Amino acid sequence: MAWYVGRRLLQMIPVFLGATLLIYAMVFLLPGDPVAALGGERGLNPAVAAQIRAEYNLDKPFLVQYLLYLQGIFTFDLGTTFSGRPVTDVMADAFPVTFQLAVMALAFEAVFGIAAGVIAGLRKGKAFDATVLVLSLLVVAVPTFVIGFVMQFVVGVKLRWLPTAVGSDVSFTSLIMPAIVLGAVSFAYVLRLTRNSVAENLTADHVRTATAKGLSRPRVVSVHVLRNSLIPVVTFLGADLGALMGGAIITEGIFNINGVGGTLFRAIQQGQSTTVVSVTTVLVIVYIVANLLVDLLYAALDPRIRYA
Amino acid sequence: MKIRRFAGFAATIAVGALALTSCASAGTDGGGSTADSSGGIVTAWGSEPQNPLIPTNTNEVGGGKIIDLVFSGLVYYDADGAAHNEVAKSIETEDAQTYTITLNEGWTFTNGEPVTSESFVDAWNYGAQLSNAQLSSYFFEGIEGFSWDEDSELTGLQIVDDTTFTVKLKQPEADFPLRLGYSAYFPLPQVAFEDMDAFGEHPIGNGPYKVASEDAWQHNVEIALAPNEDYSGDREAQNGGVTVKFYETLDGAYNDLLAGQLDVLDQVPDSAFSTLEDELGDRAVNQPAAMIQTLIIPMDLEHFTGAEGQLRRQAISMAINREEITEAIFEGTRTPADDFTSPVIDGWSDDVTGSEVLDYNAAKAKELWAQADAISPYTGTFTIGYNSDGGHQAWVDAVANSLRNTLGISAEGNPYPAFKDLREDVTNGAISGAFRSGWQADYPGLYNFLGPLYGTGAGSNDAGYSNAEFDSLLAQGSAATSVDEANEYFTQAQEVLFQDLPAIPLWYQNVTGGSADTVSNVEFGWNSVPLLYEVTKN
Amino acid sequence: MPDATTRPHQAHFFANLDQAPLEVVDSIDEGAAPASLWADAWHSLRRRPLFWISAALILLVVAVAAFPGLFTSTDPRFCELKNSLDGPSAGHPFGFDRQGCDIYARTIYGARASVLVGVLTTIVVVLVGGLIGAVAGFFGGWFDAVLSRVTDIFFAIPLVLAAIVVMQMFKESRNILTVVVVLGIFGWPQLARVMRGAVMSVKNADFVTAAKSLGASRVKTLLRHVIPNAAAPVIVYATVALGTFIVAEATLSFLGIGLPPEVTSWGADISKAQTSLRSQPSVLFYPAGALALTVLSFIMMGDAVRDALDPKARKR
Repeated sequence: MAWYVGRRLLQMIPVFLGATLLIYAMVFLLPGDPVAALGGERGLNPAVAAQIRAEYNLDKPFLVQYLLYLQGIFTFDLGTTFSGRPVTDVMADAFPVTFQLAVMALAFEAVFGIAAGVIAGLRKGKAFDATVLVLSLLVVAVPTFVIGFVMQFVVGVKLRWLPTAVGSDVSFTSLIMPAIVLGAVSFAYVLRLTRNSVAENLTADHVRTATAKGLSRPRVVSVHVLRNSLIPVVTFLGADLGALMGGAIITEGIFNINGVGGTLFRAIQQGQSTTVVSVTTVLVIVYIVANLLVDLLYAALDPRIRYA
Repeated sequence: MKIRRFAGFAATIAVGALALTSCASAGTDGGGSTADSSGGIVTAWGSEPQNPLIPTNTNEVGGGKIIDLVFSGLVYYDADGAAHNEVAKSIETEDAQTYTITLNEGWTFTNGEPVTSESFVDAWNYGAQLSNAQLSSYFFEGIEGFSWDEDSELTGLQIVDDTTFTVKLKQPEADFPLRLGYSAYFPLPQVAFEDMDAFGEHPIGNGPYKVASEDAWQHNVEIALAPNEDYSGDREAQNGGVTVKFYETLDGAYNDLLAGQLDVLDQVPDSAFSTLEDELGDRAVNQPAAMIQTLIIPMDLEHFTGAEGQLRRQAISMAINREEITEAIFEGTRTPADDFTSPVIDGWSDDVTGSEVLDYNAAKAKELWAQADAISPYTGTFTIGYNSDGGHQAWVDAVANSLRNTLGISAEGNPYPAFKDLREDVTNGAISGAFRSGWQADYPGLYNFLGPLYGTGAGSNDAGYSNAEFDSLLAQGSAATSVDEANEYFTQAQEVLFQDLPAIPLWYQNVTGGSADTVSNVEFGWNSVPLLYEVTKN
Repeated sequence: MPDATTRPHQAHFFANLDQAPLEVVDSIDEGAAPASLWADAWHSLRRRPLFWISAALILLVVAVAAFPGLFTSTDPRFCELKNSLDGPSAGHPFGFDRQGCDIYARTIYGARASVLVGVLTTIVVVLVGGLIGAVAGFFGGWFDAVLSRVTDIFFAIPLVLAAIVVMQMFKESRNILTVVVVLGIFGWPQLARVMRGAVMSVKNADFVTAAKSLGASRVKTLLRHVIPNAAAPVIVYATVALGTFIVAEATLSFLGIGLPPEVTSWGADISKAQTSLRSQPSVLFYPAGALALTVLSFIMMGDAVRDALDPKARKR
């Protein structure tokens, strides 16, 4: 087991190199001249633009830029944004709040998605099952910006139950609404995956046996059905953590959260390669660690899965 | 599924992009004063400054708003855009080329350093040096000694004594004093030159407010400003401080305003245009501003050159129903354009000869288009380039629909993902159709809407327009010694533009904002930014 | 562990001895090909009302997508601002959007691009992600290490970045396929993870061990025994994802890197409805409703197919 974990952690090195190179290349390929855009509608004088390009190494060939960036990483210098801020500062601002938000969203979708999914699976074809089907259709078909907007308006402005926006007030209370909005679509996935897995496992042999042995229904469901139903759900949730962290652009925008999604998006829009690459690199690490945890969970959920 | 969360982030970007499109912000807000703590702290909408807070390197509204509160220049602009002396005691000239500037005594920066002639001259020289790569360096272009090719001293600046210096321009420019309220011309304390990067994080100014503390600027979140107790100008703070909160979406900001978590909002989201007055009542603001949107048709675009081009340009202008679009798409938050400038600028007129080409006239448009077709039949699709990150899609679609329905031609929007992508194609002349353009004035003068945009070889002359008569009228206007005389020339210059239509004026952007009932005395300046120093907390 | 004690049991251990006469069981038609899993599934599928309802719905959506002209004679691209946000009227049952376009016509004509994007992307994602996930999960070891780490790298690519780069390459020839490529690049990693997990939990099942010990090749085992039994979560995931892909197309259009503006799609109309949210929310209702109906039909179809594939559920 320790050997397996160690090997997986070692694999992070090639992934890191591969991901940074790929992302750096993509930012390099982005259309538009980020420096010229600094001048706004008025445009920038070519002489000034050349100065700025030299300052950010943008006048050098792609591979040189990439190697300079790698060199920077080893000296803990990720460069600065066009606004002159060290990229490390930008990330230190964005990641904690986003991590908190993503974990809350994950908790929301896991708890409610699994609970509703289990009930729907146990009562397949009944009213509850149909209700949650409609609910999941709703969150899939109605865009996040609408869900977020409506919640903000109703819960925040009209009812005043929760703060409308986060801003500088990063707290559990202010993050409740954004977390629900952020987790809404994933909630639909968790719900459907759990529901079908539970429905399928209800007919499995070991469950019949357990029932035949006279075990109580709650025990059969919680120990025998649920545990074996969770593999696809856990897989999804593990991969979702990174997605929630990097993809919360809209939710962050609506609730005014200074997070990773918005930072990444602005950096892409402005063609700031060092910020884009640095942020995504951290996200890759989150993916790798989350997926490793999921793989270890597999072994716990299904004793037949073993790692050498 | 991650994908989903990107959906509809358009509103998100609208803010940032607006900051970009409105290329520059001059500013006149300010506030703060004698720490009389005459009230609570006002929270105001803003966006994260895109550059360090250095006056000569700030060319967008997010940073401009803060810079204007933290610094005081030689002059400031009042709500109507009129310039009043602030640090300057007098600005005098006889020939519109050499100016003698005398400073008021007793002004200090918040670190105690006195504001002297040197504070200005050093700051301007810093801003003008090529190697400093300051985004607003072009503001010093007209001063003697300026060079785009190498670092060179502004020899036109001469220090006479601590409170007097002279400025010699390369050529006469009558509206030079008018420009001096723009942030590029603000003074800097000596400490700035020791470490400009650090200064940009914690600017030390001489304005009505100061950055409240070392960690007052929480990037991408907010910046807290406290009244400057030593401020001695007209823009004295009437509140206990201003906290500028940075928002990514206007919808979020608007809901914050409705919930009482934000006091002053400069722009309301598109979705609230129709409900604004119901929700805010007389706290809603909707008035024309110094911003104009135009449709630029490159001078060398096929079928748009020569006599044929002139006919087609007029036809397209007349085929756009500005009234209907500003009502249906913008719910009246845009005002149909009557000229190439803005109604808030002194000298503006709604009946410049030739401006009738801006009136919707479907029959005439069809007729002109047919005449052009007689010269050379039109083929292909008329495209309108725009950046998708600025909330332009709706009106571009409406204009394209209008052209299709009226002229019976094929017309489509041509979206670019980001402002910079559009600019690149425009700058390289790679764009194969018309494209949108917006202009916000740097300072309240007619020239600022004409010279930089349509003068031969000018920096933002995206149409590639060149007309000797127009250039000469501009030069005469610039050399005029009175603003009224200058404006006469500028109006004549506009008549030339109405003939050639290098750009088709669409509408003036209104300032559409509002305030919560937690504050009073909210007034918006000529540049669409509220005068935050005047706002009082209830 | 209960699992261990149940292991010797086989599903067919309970075979219907009491119902089937022994001679039937004993007589073996040696010439008949064994009924394949898929044939079994089809046999079972035919008897499910859920299948027929969803098939009818899908057929309707496909018909609208293929022949929009049959359902409306209004031009979805003829828009007059004077009709902006007008309510329903004769010939215009859903009213008008902000641009003054007929909402009913746009909903009908939007089906083609949206359904194509949703279905094609789902197919690409299922094929690519399914294959990679299945191979990684089944073979393990180096296969798993390499394929899973490649998946991790692709996970990290932000949609906006990938979309801008790819779409810019095809700037002049943007169409539904380029959108499918972008969304496919973006969507497959998660499905690969789901497939991998499902395969890993199936590959140690008794019937797989049995197939192997009977001499079936590894590839054949994977294709015939493992994948069909691991398909359930993939089907569930894919049917929900189909809807999210349609909405994601809207995001791309919004960025100016989606379908060309002259193409009508539900996604684009849903995004455009954003500005009418406070004043006229019904503008959002119809395209979103059409999208929900489409997703519903595919989710129901997925459920029916999944049930049919599962021999245990079939017996009930």
